[in-house]
Amino acid sequence: MNNPQLNRHGELQHLLTTEGLPVRIVRDILDKASEFVSAADGHEIKKVPLLHGKSVFNVFFENSTRTRTTFEIAAKKLSADVVNLNIGSSSTSKGETLLDTVDNLCAMHADMFVVRHSTSGAAHLIAKHVAPDIHVINAGDGRHAHPTQALLDMYTIRHYKKEFHNLTVAIVGDVLHSRVARSQIHALSTLGVPEIRVIAPKTLLPTMVERLGVRVFHDMAEGLKGVDVVMMLRLQNERMQGALLPSAQEYFKYYGLTQEKLALAKPDAIVMHPGPMNRGVEIDSSVADGLQSVILPQVTFGIAVRMAVMSILAGSKQ
Amino acid sequence: MSIHIKNGRLIDPKNNIDANLDVFIVDKRIAAIGNAPAGFVAEQVIDADGLIVVPGLVDLAARLREPGYEYKATLESEMAAAMAGGITTLACPPDTDPPLDEPGLVEMLKHRARLLNQARVFPVGALTYGLKGTELTEMAELSDAGCKAFGHADVPLTDTRVLLRAMQYAATFGYRVWLRPQDSFLARNGVAHDGEVATRLGLPPIPVSAETVALATMLQLARETGVKLHVCRISSAAGVEMVRAAKREGLTVTCDVSMNNLHLSEIDIGYFDANCHLIPPLRSLRDKEALRAGLRDGTIDAICSDHSPADEDAKQMPFAEAEAGATGMELLLPLVLKWAGQEDLSLAEALARVTVNAAQIINPKMGHLSVGAHADVCVFDPSTAWIVEPAALKSQGKNTPFNGYTVQGKVRYTVVEGKLAYQSV
Repeated sequence: MNNPQLNRHGELQHLLTTEGLPVRIVRDILDKASEFVSAADGHEIKKVPLLHGKSVFNVFFENSTRTRTTFEIAAKKLSADVVNLNIGSSSTSKGETLLDTVDNLCAMHADMFVVRHSTSGAAHLIAKHVAPDIHVINAGDGRHAHPTQALLDMYTIRHYKKEFHNLTVAIVGDVLHSRVARSQIHALSTLGVPEIRVIAPKTLLPTMVERLGVRVFHDMAEGLKGVDVVMMLRLQNERMQGALLPSAQEYFKYYGLTQEKLALAKPDAIVMHPGPMNRGVEIDSSVADGLQSVILPQVTFGIAVRMAVMSILAGSKQ
Repeated sequence: MSIHIKNGRLIDPKNNIDANLDVFIVDKRIAAIGNAPAGFVAEQVIDADGLIVVPGLVDLAARLREPGYEYKATLESEMAAAMAGGITTLACPPDTDPPLDEPGLVEMLKHRARLLNQARVFPVGALTYGLKGTELTEMAELSDAGCKAFGHADVPLTDTRVLLRAMQYAATFGYRVWLRPQDSFLARNGVAHDGEVATRLGLPPIPVSAETVALATMLQLARETGVKLHVCRISSAAGVEMVRAAKREGLTVTCDVSMNNLHLSEIDIGYFDANCHLIPPLRSLRDKEALRAGLRDGTIDAICSDHSPADEDAKQMPFAEAEAGATGMELLLPLVLKWAGQEDLSLAEALARVTVNAAQIINPKMGHLSVGAHADVCVFDPSTAWIVEPAALKSQGKNTPFNGYTVQGKVRYTVVEGKLAYQSV
C-alpha cells in the first residue's frame, strides 16, 4: 500500500497523520519551524514571501475558531491568500456531498486545503480525490488524527527537553475520543521516545490501545511518577457525565492535574495542553498558570510549525 | 425444451457425484444423468468440455433493492448479476422500502422476478410490521404469498419479549427465523471491529460482544420456543463457538457466513477503504480463521454473497458515513473456489456450501441435480483467471472490496428451469 502522504519522490504531498510519517520529514518540519521563530526573543514570528500568490483554503466542516485562526495566521505570515470557509454540517443537509464541495473549491483555484471534519478519514478521502498539484493538511478528522497539533507538541518538547530518546511522556485523559492523543503517540514513537504512558479510566481508553506502543495506567499517581512531560487532553463537555464518567467533579479528583499530583513527576517536568482547557476539570488553574506550564508557548510554536508544514508542502515536486 | 450438457465434469454435492457425466434436461426438470433417457432428442447442446457442471448456486443473502431503492439497483440489473454469477436461487432480506411485511408486496416481488425468467427469488418476510420490532406480521399469509422464512434484516429487534413472541408464533407453523446477531446498544454508531485497526484509525467500534450478547439471547429463546433458528452472517470466533455448542446440544440452528468475512479482515480497511465498510464488520485475523474452521467442520452451513449494491455517491464518503455493504453475487463462485483452494478442500465439499447446504435452509428442493429435480444448472470454467473490475460487473452496484483481485472460475452457462438464461463466450 502506498503511503498516501508522500509523493513518488518520497516528499511530503499531504499531511494527514503522524502515523507512518518518516522521521526525516518530522525532523525537517521541526527544523523548518525553528527558522520561523526569531532568535531575538524566541517567540516572535517573521513574515516571509514563501507562499506568495498561493491560495490556502481553510475548510472547516466542524467549527473551531482557534485552530482555524492559527492556520490563517501561519498562511498570512507566508504571504498566502487565505479563504476561510465554515461549512459546518449545512452543505451536507443541502444535499451536497463532501467531494462536491471539494470539487467546487478546486474550481476556485485552491492550492492548499486545510481541512477539519468530524468523521475519521475525511482528509484521506479528500487527498485521494484532488489533483496532484493540490495539497491537503488535516486539521483534525474525527477521532483519527490531528497531525499539526502533535507536531507543535513535538516542537515544544524539543524546545524544552532538547532530546527525545531519554524521555518518559504521559498522556492523560480522554484518549478514546482524542485525535490529538493518537497523533501524539505516533509522533513520539517516531522520534524515539522510549516510554509513552497513557493515564485514564477504562471508559476513556480505546480497545487494545497498548498496541499503539504505550503503557497503560489507570492510577494517575502511579502513571505520573518520574515523567518528563505531562500532556493533558481536553474532556468534552458532553462526556463529563453519562455512561462514560459519572461527573466532572469525580473526574477532576482522580484524573485532574493538580500541583500535588504534578509533584510526582520529575521536578523539571513540563505540562502541556492542546487547548481549550477546562480549568477545574482536567487541569487545576494553579498548574495551568504555573511555572511548569508551557501551554501558551505551545500556541506560538503552533504557528511556526504550521508555517513549516505549508512551506514544505509548497516546495515539494509535482 | 430439452438440453444436453455434454462432456462436462459433473459435481453434485448432494448426490456425492464428481465424475464426467452428461446431464439431460427435459421440460424444466433433470431427466437423466449419464445416459440419455429413451427417446431423448436434444434441442440444445451445451458442450461443457473442460468445464464443471454444478447445481445452480443458492445465495442466502442478496439484496435486489426493489421495492424502494431503484436508484441503487433494479431487479433487472441484479438478476443479470445473479445469472452471471451462476446463482439460480436467492433469498432476499426484507429491508426494502416498504419492508416485505405484506403479502401483496411479496407477491409483486415474486411476480416481477418470475417475469424475468432468471433466478428464483425467495423473499424473507419481515418478522414485524415495518421492521419496527413491535407488532408481528401475518406470517402465515406471507408464507402463502411465498415467504419461506422470516427475519429482521439488519434492523435491530431490541424488545426481547417481541422476539420471544415472534419465535413462538413462527414455531407454531414451523417457519424458520433468520436473525443476524447484533446487540444494537453495544454496536451503537459503530462502523468497524473493535480492535487494533479501529483504535488506530479512530473509527467508532463494534465489539465482538455485540454479536455474542445478541446470539446468547437468540439461542436461549430458540431453546425455549423450539423455533428453527438461522443465524445470518456470523462474524466472530466467539460467535462460531457458541453456534458450535448449540448444535452439539441439539438445537435446530443453522448458520451462514458472508464471503467478505471469509476472505477479508480489519486489516483490509487500510487507509479508510469505504468498500470495506461492511455489516457485519470485518474482524480480526483470528476471527477470520475461526470462521474458516467453523465452515470446514460444519458449524457454519453456508456461504452467502451478502450482496448489497450501493450507488457510487453512497461510497464516496468518509468511512463511517459511507453506506455499508458490497456488491457480491458475481464473486460468490470465484471466492468459494478461492477458499477451497486455500483450504485444500475438494470442489464438491466447497460447493456444498453454496448448493445443497444453503438450499436446506431456504428450500430443500433446490441445490441439487437429482433426476426429477428443477433443472437449475451452472456451468463454469474453473481455470480461467480474471481480474475483478467493478465497471465490468453486471450489478448496478460497483462497490466491492475485491476490486483488482485476481480470481478463478468464470460462469459460462446458467440454466434456470430448463432454459438457458445466460451464457458468456
